Amino acid sequence: MLKDITIGQYFPGNSVIHRMDPRMKIILAVAYIVMLFLADGFSGIAVGVVFLAVCYGISKIPISLILKSLKPVIPIILFTAILNMFFVEGDPVFQWAFLTITKQGLATAGLMSLRIVCLIAGTSLLTYTTSPIVLTDGIERLFSPLKKLGLPVHELAMMMTIALRFIPTLIEETDKIMSAQKARGADMESGGLVQRAKALIPVLIPLFISAFRRADDLALAMECRCYRGGEGRTRMKQLKLCSRDIIAAIVMALTIAAIVALNIWFPLAVK
Amino acid sequence: MEQKRIIRAEHLTFRYLDEPDSQLVLNDVSLDIAPGEFVAVLGHNGSGKSTLAKHMNAVLLPNGGTVWVHGMDTRNEEFLYDIRQNVGMVFQNPDNQIVATIVEEDVAFALENVGVEPAEIRRRVDEALQAVGMYEYREHAPHQLSGGQKQRVAIAGIIAMRPDCIVLDEPTAMLDPKGRREVLKTIRKLNREHNITVVLITHYMDEAAQADRVVVMENGEVILDGDPGEVFGHVEELKAVGLDVPQATELAFELKQAGWDLPDRILTEDECIEAIAKALGL
Repeated sequence: MLKDITIGQYFPGNSVIHRMDPRMKIILAVAYIVMLFLADGFSGIAVGVVFLAVCYGISKIPISLILKSLKPVIPIILFTAILNMFFVEGDPVFQWAFLTITKQGLATAGLMSLRIVCLIAGTSLLTYTTSPIVLTDGIERLFSPLKKLGLPVHELAMMMTIALRFIPTLIEETDKIMSAQKARGADMESGGLVQRAKALIPVLIPLFISAFRRADDLALAMECRCYRGGEGRTRMKQLKLCSRDIIAAIVMALTIAAIVALNIWFPLAVK
Repeated sequence: MEQKRIIRAEHLTFRYLDEPDSQLVLNDVSLDIAPGEFVAVLGHNGSGKSTLAKHMNAVLLPNGGTVWVHGMDTRNEEFLYDIRQNVGMVFQNPDNQIVATIVEEDVAFALENVGVEPAEIRRRVDEALQAVGMYEYREHAPHQLSGGQKQRVAIAGIIAMRPDCIVLDEPTAMLDPKGRREVLKTIRKLNREHNITVVLITHYMDEAAQADRVVVMENGEVILDGDPGEVFGHVEELKAVGLDVPQATELAFELKQAGWDLPDRILTEDECIEAIAKALGL
């Protein structure tokens, strides 16, 4: 039962967006963030919202998932909205003691909230449509030029891969250790927070010891298979940009151009 | 002479602690392994059999004596990766030797490390997966596989390097009977059909009985070395060092002690049944 958990928030599918090159998806996600900050009026943000809605439609990700990813950021959204509401100067619409709400304040608050929502939903689309393995691979290749600056890109990606590989193994092991400790009379379900945290110690210690042992074994097995870091390594699977990646990039470029144009023709709805 | 041996150990001594009076784990071991052989190394826990295995691909280096792999001295660092490509090693716990999150990527791992071209990697990975009968599982995640299947993936990851020899350090110790059979069948097939030299470290007598040659170790020394029929003929010596003989061999031995007229070299149940039937005049 513990074995069946999904890692990350990948939502398996076979849409065009799922099949896109991970490198292109990462670049486009960054471009989308830039686009959101370029748009400084409601018309611009509206383009951003529509764009995202279309992407979610194509990828067939259920709406409930989007809402789920937004839930943890609600306090941040509220906080920014309230701050903006009270502290942006302009024409007052409501006044009470030292608190003033301005028209401009309300507009900025709305704009900022929408921006954050799009930001979270947009980057979530990347993790929904890309499995962690492919994502790691994409990051490694995208950042490989940074190797020249001495950044250990391959090593970081290798760490990610090994971590992902061992999550199910360690979960299974935790399950086993918990059963073993319960069989010896350990009580993990009752008591207060402190007591329950203490009850976890007899689970965590064997788990850590076994993790170290596994690390030792794995290092030996990797050495026996001639592993010596990223230098001179080749890859079996090559990433190739296809027409769909190029089309996606063009669509993104056009959307950004549209937002810049909107900024020029309808300058700042909020002032 | 030199080329005829894949692995050659001469007067090999080894101790884990580098102090002159610490215990010797290997004591003056000399062993030659010829191409195409299927050698089983038997021994008790602490007999030095795993330590010997780790000398065969330069994971451990001898304190005294020399180990050559294809005439390359394992102490010479220049040859390290040549040696490891020629002698692959499979370990006991299949979970702890699989690196990647997808079966075929794990099999490709060694080839990626030595810088083989992508198209060639693909070819060799498919070949290796077919050789161990795991081709249909190439896109599975390792944790979805059974122990025996995982161990076969680990073997595929080694044979993708096309080594001349694979050393397996108790590869079946953590598996259930079904997994053990699968793995052993794979090992035998690789030895017969792909002509890969196999060194199988084990403490299961029935596995050792399937080898061409059995080497028995005790206290860091080789005490018996010969074909299975010959080695398991020494029932009393084996029992003295705490090892068993295959059940069929033991039964035949006991019957002979009791005065029955049975031939030597009985290893399998079938041979035993036949011999007893013959002795009974059936």
